[in-house]
Amino acid sequence: MRVVIMGCGRVGSTLAANLDQGGHEVTIVDLDSSQFRRLPAGFGGRSLVGNGIDQDVLRRAGIEEADAFVAVTQGDNHNVLASQIAKHVFSVHNVICRMYDLVREEFYQDLGLTTISPTKVISGMIGDMLHHPE
Amino acid sequence: MYIILVGGGKVGFHLARALLSEGHEVLVIERDRRKCVSINDELGSVVLQGDGCEAAILAEAGASRADLVIAVTGGDEDNLVVCQLAKGKFHTPRTIARINNPKNESIFKKLGIDDTISSTQVIMERIQAEIPSHPLLHLASLGSYGLELVNLSVAEGAAAAGHKLRDISLPPQTVVSLIIGADGPRVPTGDTLIQIGDEVIAVTRVESEDALRAQFASQH
Repeated sequence: MRVVIMGCGRVGSTLAANLDQGGHEVTIVDLDSSQFRRLPAGFGGRSLVGNGIDQDVLRRAGIEEADAFVAVTQGDNHNVLASQIAKHVFSVHNVICRMYDLVREEFYQDLGLTTISPTKVISGMIGDMLHHPE
Repeated sequence: MYIILVGGGKVGFHLARALLSEGHEVLVIERDRRKCVSINDELGSVVLQGDGCEAAILAEAGASRADLVIAVTGGDEDNLVVCQLAKGKFHTPRTIARINNPKNESIFKKLGIDDTISSTQVIMERIQAEIPSHPLLHLASLGSYGLELVNLSVAEGAAAAGHKLRDISLPPQTVVSLIIGADGPRVPTGDTLIQIGDEVIAVTRVESEDALRAQFASQH
């Protein structure tokens, strides 16, 4: 599978490394080249400096041939614009958008975006752990 | 009209002042406290401090009774979210977004933003119009189709110069509508010869601009 990831933070870099390990073709985009230090030494994917909400940058990242696009920058709005570009301009089959804000997450889910909210997921998991201590 | 402006920078401030002087009810939403204070000092109590991308702030601003929401922050992604929330959650009849990257214009329209204004584009158009040897000049955006009307000048050494219109490879969804030559305007046919110095009026897609420019600009 060919995957373009926007945002090389903890989540982005870990996901990129895992997918690369699994034999997938990964391109990771970040505005800040120093973020690529998070990638492991043997990373076989491509890293590209640029703003993922710029359509030309996405093209250079190979979005036109990508099977999936994942937006995991720190900014919800950044992720939402890039994801909608991937989905509606480049017709990427599988687009996943991270959103911290729950209200916005629900809103964009209703608009048809596939979203994931660490706020919801993690608070739910911690709640479960509190209710069912080992 | 009740108008909500998101973004209290230079554009937002001057726009708020102009709209107030026209007799509209205006509320500015701005994140930065210092900007809020200075707008309130200059224009009276018209500011709500907060993030206009948050539904709770838009609700507090009374977005559901607003006639118009205008997003003029410096970030395209923020302006998009403001307008999408206003439309989708508060049913604002009309939304206008400022765009900083002109390439975002067609995606904003596709996503239901009623109007977009690209400051970069507006300034570029004025500058291009002042420069005599402009290869491509924007005349107008055509509705929500992602199409635009452009004016091309056929430069010396251009790929298209000296060829019949039918022999020129135009990008998809591009129509040459009018050619203005030394003998005045004419509606072109496939047999029309493109000559150096001709002005070509064409309809094209925003993303095809570069390909179209390449045909008519000088190759040197």
